[in-house]
Formats: sequence, structure tokens, C-alpha cells
Amino acid sequence: MIIKGIVHKFGNDVNTDDIIAAKYLVTSDPQELAKYCMENIAPDFSGQVRPGDIIVAGKNFGCGSSREHAPLAIKGCGVAAVLAKSFAGIFFRNAINIGLPFLECNDIDKISSQDLLEIDLAKGRIKNLSKNETYYTHAFPEFLQEIVKQGGLMEYIKQRYV
Amino acid sequence: MGYTIAEKILLAHTGKKDIKPGEFIEADIDVGLGNDITAPLAITEFKKAGFKKVFDKNKIVLVPDHFAPAKDLKSANQCKILADFAAEQQIINYFEVGCMGIEHALLPEMGLVSPGDLVIGADSHTCTYGALGCFSTGVGSTDLARAFADGKCWFRVPVTIKFIYRGKLNKWVGGKDLILHTIGQIGVDGALDSVMEFCGPVIRNLIMDDRFAMSNMAVEAGGVTGIIEPDEITWEYVRDSRRGHPSKTRNRAHPGMVSPIFTLKSDKDANYKKIYEWDVSGLEPAVACPYLPSNVKPVSKLKDVTLDQVVIGSCTNGRISDLRIAAKILKGKKVKSGLRLIVIPATQKVYLQCVKEGLAEIFVKAGGVFSTPTCGPCLGGHMGILTEDEKCLATTNRNFIGRMGHVRSEVYLASPAVAAASAVTGRITHPQKVL
Repeated sequence: MIIKGIVHKFGNDVNTDDIIAAKYLVTSDPQELAKYCMENIAPDFSGQVRPGDIIVAGKNFGCGSSREHAPLAIKGCGVAAVLAKSFAGIFFRNAINIGLPFLECNDIDKISSQDLLEIDLAKGRIKNLSKNETYYTHAFPEFLQEIVKQGGLMEYIKQRYV
Repeated sequence: MGYTIAEKILLAHTGKKDIKPGEFIEADIDVGLGNDITAPLAITEFKKAGFKKVFDKNKIVLVPDHFAPAKDLKSANQCKILADFAAEQQIINYFEVGCMGIEHALLPEMGLVSPGDLVIGADSHTCTYGALGCFSTGVGSTDLARAFADGKCWFRVPVTIKFIYRGKLNKWVGGKDLILHTIGQIGVDGALDSVMEFCGPVIRNLIMDDRFAMSNMAVEAGGVTGIIEPDEITWEYVRDSRRGHPSKTRNRAHPGMVSPIFTLKSDKDANYKKIYEWDVSGLEPAVACPYLPSNVKPVSKLKDVTLDQVVIGSCTNGRISDLRIAAKILKGKKVKSGLRLIVIPATQKVYLQCVKEGLAEIFVKAGGVFSTPTCGPCLGGHMGILTEDEKCLATTNRNFIGRMGHVRSEVYLASPAVAAASAVTGRITHPQKVL
């Protein structure tokens, strides 16, 4: 799968309260959650983000709470993928389970806001079309790729029981 | 090569002969937990996938605690989804307002989690039960939905980091200070994707409430769980809690006994990613400043910070010994004029105990409010939201931007003793200053 989109850049330790504040967790509708995505740290984000855009962040993205509403809010914004130096554990599994594309990448510092990226998820290849650079990273282990391929965890396990 | 306690528990729940860190496994869970924020999404996913019946009605626990008692209409709807699902699936461990408490205080208190268990909860602070010697970790709603369906969960077997605490703790220094100190040392991703194993003579001398406070905040360092090998203090706590609630726990085998081939201890030749060893004798009460739990300073460095609100409670520090310490400091005193003190016992049992022991009276006479159990203000839900430029010292676990309300409000994290002392003076204060 190839994803091409404009970068919105964030720093280290973006937590789940940043991604979606707890006061909005009275619904799990991605479209509704999307309106408030990143509100505390980037109030203009939800108005500026366009379908297909890419979030690029530092280390420990998605730390804090277990709320799956965080990757849902990002998905609801139409964000096509998240790149970060590292992801917090629960955010990582939530993103896998709901099928939000993401990759760990060591070259985050070379990427700027508004860069145009082309990401090949299966190959773990990131082309920075604005800077004419290419970065390589690990694709997911086979077990996780299988979940993603089936369209998320529930689809993956449904195969066993239906 | 031997196993750590965390690896042993995971292995015992897989049916495999061997596991090693980095490997993907699917394991059978003993308990799956959801709350009023995360369970509605899990229930939707469970039904959407076409499942009709949960795998085992005795192994699912539902606790409306975050926005309960319902703070508004939407929250009421979320809570009702839990109640309806519990009734439909005949889930015995559903806790309505009146028996409800903050989940991570409630489950151990009710004897629903025991040493050796594999517990998942759609709440990040599920790592709290590591204090009992469980492998217990936070997951997402879809993980919980899947566990509803077949009682399983996927894991990448984590590495373990060992933390050895030596020395003698100063007066007014306890589990909360130890964990804040630890996060301050290693950072908010210092234990990313790792099990934190807490050990050493200082841990052995901690009462369960202090151990829960430590394990509770493992996730604040990125930890998968914060595990403590069970000892006589653990088993006494477990026996008491199970005796108190036979009807709730009768359908569950004693998981500590499930795999008698394993002792619930790490092997001498177990492999650790890293070992930290600290002498904590000189440690002062610790405070985490905005906006990360790792921004930790000794209390004496913060005496110029004035406060608008103090919150004592939460899944970290809302247990009876926490409230006893707070009451001891507040007895016969008044909170600083203009400061709001909000005390929230974590469960109904803690609440009742506070009433019986006269602690509730001490809080009210001091000018504080004494609330029904709820997560409430900790996550900026209700019962004490901060407005612009307000500062709060709380015994909770997160101090992110806007965590408790306005994006320009500030949260400082500390122990119940520091919280009580600070409520009296209106600024961040060492407990010995007010006694």
C-alpha cells in the first residue's frame, strides 16, 4: 500500500490527552472525535488537516491512556499514516487493531511540516518528495501484518469462528 | 536461561513450552476489564463482528467509574450500555453506582485479581495489579472486544527491567514518591514496552496500598506492567479480599495455583534488559511538575508554587491508608482560605471506612469536600475541573497539558501527605512543616 500526503509535524511524547482530551470521550464516533483532535497542543490542526495527510512525530507517540479514541480521532481526520521515532505500547496495539497505518522511523528529524511524503508500508520505505530523500525502516513483523491485512483484529479473529 | 516472573505468568497462559522476549504470542486471560469510556466501544466491536455470547461471564468485569455517577446525558448513555450488556450476558462482576469504585482499587479489594493472573483492562492503569504479582496490562477497546469473544489477547513478550530499592525511607516518603522518583530518573519512555519489576528490601517493607501506587504508574514510564513478586504481605491481602466477597470470586479457580510448576518469583538466571539499583535513604517527598510525570523535583524546591486546588484520591492514591495519612495531617486544621480541597475515596468500602474512623469528619471540618468514588477530576471529567491559570496539586497520575481542564491550568503530582500539607498552607509544602 502506497500513501502519499502532506506532513503535520509534532514533537516528542505526544500523549493521548493531546490527541483527544478526555472530556470528548462521551462518544466513539470518529467524525465527532476528529473535530477536537490535537486541540490542546495544536488548536488549528483539525481545521487544517486534509484527508490523506500524514502525522510525523518524535518519540513515544500516543503515551498515556489506553483510549482507542485516540487512533480513531486521527483516522476520523482522514490522516493516512503516522510516522514516529517510537510509539507507546497501547497506542501501538490500538493502531494495529483498528488498522491505522503507522511506521517507526529514525529519520524523523529530517522531515519538516508541509513536506510531501510517499510511504510504502509493506517495504518500510519513505520517500520525501519535497527534499528528494528516501528513508528506510522496518516493515511490521508477519504476525502484525496479518492482522492489518485482514482489516483489523476483529476481522482477523472472525475468520477462526465464522 | 531462566524466566522473570512476568515471563513465567505469560508462559503459563499460553500452553507453550517456552517463550522469549520479542516473540508474538496469544494467551488466555483470567480477567478482562472495561469501564464507561472504553467498554461501550468494545461492546460495539464485539457485536459488529457478529459475536453473541461472551466467552466466560465470570471473567469479565465492567466498572462505570470515569464519568460516573453520570456527569451528563452522554455519559449516562455510556453507562447504560454497560448495564445493558452486563444484564444481557449475565456478567456477575458489573458494579453499579452504590457498589462501584475506581476500578483499579475495586478489583483487588473484591478479590477479583490474584497473584499469577493474566489480566487485561481497557484502561492504561490496569498495570496496577502488578503489585499483587499479576501480569496485568492496559489494552484498547478492540483488544477487550476480542477477549469478550474468545478469552484471548495477543502480546509481544516484553523484556523486563529490574528496579532494586535499598536503604531506609524517610518519614513521609512512600510508594508514590518512589515511583515518581523512578519516572524522574528514567523518563516517560524509560521502560517503553518493558515490564518494570520492583524489588529490594524497601519494596518488601511497603504495605499493599503503597505497592499499588507504584505499580499504578508503571505506564507513566511506558511500562507494560509494574510487577512485584508476591510475599506474605501480598497473600494476606489476597486472602482477606477473597474471604470478603465469596459470591464474586467463587467461579474463579485460584490462578496462583493453576501452574504449580512455577513459583511466582523470577529465576536467579533470568534475563533483564537493564537493572537499576538505588539507595533511596535520602529521598525527599517527590513532586512531578507540569507537563510530564517525569518532570520530578523534591518538594523543598517548590515551596513558592501557590495552589488553587488539591485533589486527594484516584486509582493511584485513593485507598484507606492514603486517606488516613491525609487525615492525620489535616486533623484540627483548616485548608487555606480560597483553596478547594476535594477528597475522593476510591471505593465504597474505603468511603465507609473513612466514615467509621472519623476521617470524613476531619476532611469536612477542615473545609474540604468528601465525594462519592469516581475518577472524575483526574482526567478532567467532572468533580473539580480547573479553569485558566489555576494550579492543582493532586495525588493522581498524569499532569499533561489540559489534563484536568483548561489548557493553561497546571497539575502537580504528589503523595497524599504532601497534598494534605499543601492544602493547609496553599502552596506546595513538606508534610513536616505543618505538624
